Amino acid sequence: MQQISGAKLFVNALKEEGVDKIFAYPGAVVADLFDEIGKQDDIELILPRHEQGLIHAADGYARSTGRVGVCLVTSGPGATNIVTGLANANYDSVPLVCFTGQVPTGLIGNDAFQEVDIIGITRNICKYGVTVRNREDLGRIIKEAFYIARTGKPGPVIIDLPKDVQVALGPKEYPEKVSIRGYKPPTDVHVGQLKRGFKLLKSAKRPLFLVGGGLNISQANNSFLKLVETMKIPVITTIMGRGAIPSNHPYFVGNAGMHGAYASNMALMGCDVLFSIGTRFNDRITGDLNEFAPGAKIVHIDIDTSAISRNVCVDIPIVADAGLAIEKLLEWAIPMDTGEWMNTIYSWKEERPLEMRKDKGVCPQLILEKINELFPKYIAVTDVGQHQMWCTQYLEINSDRQMLTSGGLGVMGFGLPAAIGAQFGNPEATVICVSGDGGAQMNIQEMSTAVCHGLPVIFCIFNNSYLGMVRQMQQLFYGKRYVGTCLRRRKGVCPDQCKGPGKDCPEYSPDFVRLAESYGALGLRVTDPKDIESALKEAAANRKGPTLIEFIIDTDEIVLPMVKGGNPISNMIFSPKGN
Amino acid sequence: MGEMKKRWMSLYVENQVGVLSKISGLFSAKMYNLESLTVGTTEDETVSRMTIGVVSDDVTYEQIKKQLNRMVEVIKVMDLENVPAHMKEIMFAKINNINAEKMTELFQIAQVFGVKVVDMGTKTATIECVQTETKNNEMIKLLKAKFSTIEIVRGGNVAIESVSVTDRY
Repeated sequence: MQQISGAKLFVNALKEEGVDKIFAYPGAVVADLFDEIGKQDDIELILPRHEQGLIHAADGYARSTGRVGVCLVTSGPGATNIVTGLANANYDSVPLVCFTGQVPTGLIGNDAFQEVDIIGITRNICKYGVTVRNREDLGRIIKEAFYIARTGKPGPVIIDLPKDVQVALGPKEYPEKVSIRGYKPPTDVHVGQLKRGFKLLKSAKRPLFLVGGGLNISQANNSFLKLVETMKIPVITTIMGRGAIPSNHPYFVGNAGMHGAYASNMALMGCDVLFSIGTRFNDRITGDLNEFAPGAKIVHIDIDTSAISRNVCVDIPIVADAGLAIEKLLEWAIPMDTGEWMNTIYSWKEERPLEMRKDKGVCPQLILEKINELFPKYIAVTDVGQHQMWCTQYLEINSDRQMLTSGGLGVMGFGLPAAIGAQFGNPEATVICVSGDGGAQMNIQEMSTAVCHGLPVIFCIFNNSYLGMVRQMQQLFYGKRYVGTCLRRRKGVCPDQCKGPGKDCPEYSPDFVRLAESYGALGLRVTDPKDIESALKEAAANRKGPTLIEFIIDTDEIVLPMVKGGNPISNMIFSPKGN
Repeated sequence: MGEMKKRWMSLYVENQVGVLSKISGLFSAKMYNLESLTVGTTEDETVSRMTIGVVSDDVTYEQIKKQLNRMVEVIKVMDLENVPAHMKEIMFAKINNINAEKMTELFQIAQVFGVKVVDMGTKTATIECVQTETKNNEMIKLLKAKFSTIEIVRGGNVAIESVSVTDRY
């Protein structure tokens, strides 16, 4: 029988799995794998500039294409640098297979150079993780990893590959089938239970759909839209659920939760049957659990048994893939009389629409509305913070895989590399990344990756010179004591107690435009609202490489409405004065 | 939420490196109250069986079972709550510095309680108790009352579902 090295089997396995890109950063113990990747042309090796950027790029690739993102990093620091990205992918159910190099098995446990127990470190933040101890197991383990990553509730899988396993000879076969006795993701729907849920929904006077990221993951958007239109039921979403139905659809009410629209939160408080699909009832959505949807019976569809009745006790639990359940519901769907309920919701929308002041220079809402106007079809990627909430409030999102955002873990520094990954996965698409000035600096080195691969990503930085989301909390709840949130603050220049910005504030560092230029990217700065359109158009016209647009926005701008953490979601703040 | 009480479950898990750590890690990561965990291989050497005791309310207990079930390495979760089962714990008690009179007393205790004296020297004896956890607790109380220097080592519970016996333990 012909024998091949572990490294060769590794590359063959990736080909079998249909991998076309691998996000990889080299190191001593993965040199054999790199060498083997270099001997073929089917899989493109992409070299980001930092392993954190690398895994977020693989994540953006996976989220935007629905395929498994593949990472390869070296042992020790290479491995520990992907930890945040693993936790992020785990939280948002993104399918990744990450290979980490490891010192030879004989050295494991000896505190060898660049040795860490990465499987131990990541045990709680991966769907599955394993060290390959024997060359004979390699094929089976890779096969299982891809299967586990993309089935059921998707998630990241980590495979630790010791150096000696990579060079050892062994069987060349890659298994065709997987059988894991402890892992059987649900493949059908319990029809009886679903029927009970449907009956309850049908009997409602004020029904409401609450939809999370699970619906987008199962790509059930079209059938869900049909269901909504047939049954005439209003829809609210989590931020991960954006795109479940088009955001300009008459039955779309808005996002719910901490920064949700007034009408959405009121609808949650006022509905009598809450039919939720693919959401884990995160605290950002529910607020005070005791006062969450007080008058409602709750139906909950989720593919993850453990997500059901964990935070909110539900009346009818249904363990199923969202897409399968919705297909079944469509067979039974009938129009409901929701006219009066919809009118109530519309009146809430009119009473307190989502709106920002537009007379304070380059207002975020103006930028986002301009993006809506100029780009009928694009992929939106956000970082984490105020701009993220504004994006989820104001960007029109019409389908699954159109908005990529770090919803669960809230990783600053996600946006820029994730946008790069999304562009790799969708070379023809317009990819627009919105970041704050804080998060943009957390993985700014990936500008270089975008330049070197000629990726036409449009990076919009909303620069208010603050870590705005925390600054906003300080403004509302901490007596305007802005501790550690000003990015212009300089030693020896600023007063000890700063009560807010003024004309004497030091210059911002870095100069984002010159920084972009030094990377070889196009850099633009917008300080006047009338230049928003021309800057976005110039960026869109530049298909040769990335464009960075720095929008100088007002430092005082805050995300409204807001519910203070732990309060009931009906208890919303509508003004910067905190009332 | 239901009352906080002790509950028992058994798990079949893959007999692989890191599985014990992953399971015990779940309990610490999610602040579940783990009271006892024993593990050993089964008739199939690729499978280990764990017996786990937790103190929790009903809602948390349900969540613990679901969290364990979703682990790839967990083959099966068996709830031993309200299920007839045999359950025993092994405990060794070494009693030091005892005179002849106390030694006689120790032998009497062993006889009454049906446990074995498995080792002895001139001033020391070791008893082996294979009985329920509750009885072992009682035994410790009694030994502490009667003797001044004792060493205790306990193995944690192992359990198996009953064939025909309908009581627990």
